[in-house]
Amino acid sequence: MLNKTAKFIDNLFDSPGDGLKEVPTRNGYGEGVVEAGKKNPNVFVLCADLTESTRNLEFKKQFPERFVQMGVHEQLLAALAAGMALEGKIPFITSYAMFCPGRAWEMIRTNICLNGVNVKIIGSHAGVSVGPDGATHQGIEDIAIMRPIPNMTIVVPCDAIEARKATVALLDVPGPCYLRLAREKTPVFTIEETPFVIGKALTLREGKDVALIACGPLVYNALRAAKELSGEGIDAMVINSHTIKPLDEETILEAAKKCGAIVTIEEHQVIGGLGGAVAEYLSQAHPTIIERIGVQNQFGQSGTPKELIEHYGMGVGSIKEAAQKAIRAKKGK
Amino acid sequence: MEHIHDEKIKKLELIANRLRQHVIESVAHAGSGHQGGPLGMADIFAALYFHVMHHDPKNPEWEERDRLILSNGHICPVRYAAMAEAGYFPIEELLTLRQFGSRLQGHPERLRLPGSETTSGPLGSGLAQATGMALAGKIDKKKWHVYALTSDGEHEAGLHWEAMLFAGKNKLDNLICVVDRNNIQIDGNTEDIMPLEPLREKYEAFNWHVITANGNDMEDVVRAFEDAKSIHQKPICIIAHTIPGRGVSFMENNYLWHSQAFKEGEAEQALAELKEIEKKLISEHAQ
Repeated sequence: MLNKTAKFIDNLFDSPGDGLKEVPTRNGYGEGVVEAGKKNPNVFVLCADLTESTRNLEFKKQFPERFVQMGVHEQLLAALAAGMALEGKIPFITSYAMFCPGRAWEMIRTNICLNGVNVKIIGSHAGVSVGPDGATHQGIEDIAIMRPIPNMTIVVPCDAIEARKATVALLDVPGPCYLRLAREKTPVFTIEETPFVIGKALTLREGKDVALIACGPLVYNALRAAKELSGEGIDAMVINSHTIKPLDEETILEAAKKCGAIVTIEEHQVIGGLGGAVAEYLSQAHPTIIERIGVQNQFGQSGTPKELIEHYGMGVGSIKEAAQKAIRAKKGK
Repeated sequence: MEHIHDEKIKKLELIANRLRQHVIESVAHAGSGHQGGPLGMADIFAALYFHVMHHDPKNPEWEERDRLILSNGHICPVRYAAMAEAGYFPIEELLTLRQFGSRLQGHPERLRLPGSETTSGPLGSGLAQATGMALAGKIDKKKWHVYALTSDGEHEAGLHWEAMLFAGKNKLDNLICVVDRNNIQIDGNTEDIMPLEPLREKYEAFNWHVITANGNDMEDVVRAFEDAKSIHQKPICIIAHTIPGRGVSFMENNYLWHSQAFKEGEAEQALAELKEIEKKLISEHAQ
């Protein structure tokens, strides 16, 4: 059953877009970065010719002197931000995930992380749900390239409200962070009172048969899958693992011990993302049956977000099947 | 920066010679590293650390200091030599270059060595970081300058040109980019590998003010920096023509000395040649 302390919107299981409001996580960031700018005069936004679509327009309006137009210069975006951070600024560098961190990887690794400077990396339009733009613009390897870099914090908010909280919370992390956002509107199912602490996963639903560990907007699909599974006699735990690094090992270990079967869910390649992080950790701490939902070593393509989520096996039905498979494997063990 | 007298020029030349000796000793001791570039840039480092820049070796984080970003981090032996001579750390420490546990990494790391300003070496990324510092300095209305030292070969990296566009657009006249125009890179001569000329016109087309100098003539080096500081509303590029391996007869203008290891006796011979030059400078100085 739902964890009451997690706190959700009342109409959690109304139809998305009908009863249940849908807003892109990038919008939450757009509100959050204005809040961050008000809180801290050192916050700067650096934009690579995508001011509106990365939702930086409001920041630009409110703080024109702290908005820097970079042009289509994603390598410079990261390297120049390192220089500004060396002088005490806190640059938020923003583009599509495919280009930042994608194109800017080495500058992020060496000029920002090895240099130990405080830069916030904002990657919008992550995942196949970018939709019609197609594979070139669907960043689905971004978590994998950020994860191995020492000192990096990675946060993937589940809805617009969490994205706003996460954006402001990045200010409390004294080093480099990567915040992963989505273009498409998705259900807003958390509320102001829902707890959010970077590094602390939140158990949304208690269960004992299988643990669904998800990040990003697919957390909502995990909740729906758990609801449907409960009608079939399966008691699924649901965890919002919004921080991929540092991973909340304690919560994941408890879930593994309690359920003995895990499904990880992310809109990213199954290699190197949340599923990879959970598998790497549990393979040493507590070997457990794991099914990984995500893009299976393929590129995306054009389509509607819904079509693509279903096609690449990240819909509610796919999550249910993976849960059943994990439970069968556990029993056959 | 006060007006320079002949005596000061001679003093700077002597310092540059000492930096060259440190380069030979530390690279020879390390068993690997780069010599050609550091020897060619010794005059510019001597001028920057002992005449041009405002800095405080005892307080590397001094807020009002001029910033020096070494983009082609592989020539760090000469920067380390200049820092040691200036008093940032003991001269003996130069012999720890490239060794396990040393603060003097093969390419400079800010978090290990205070005063190195940034972590650098991957080519093409220095001017970009320097541009970020210069932008921050402008925003905060600071008086200090950022000196970005770059190699000619690294101008092949696209990131460098991104920074050039940005600095030109934003009129960062607190940014001075020095190009070590020594015409060599690892695989050969720059104009064979990937022609850069006409380099002056390229910078000018990107809205930079360009000054050329003989990077191995101390008076000309100092003059170039003085001129650079008088420019407003444009970032400044000093194209410094240098001789790689400068000061050691068998190393000058030979691209193989970009980074090849010394064979037996070579380091000693190089040092002997530099000491001869030192003697000559001292006797001239005394006259």
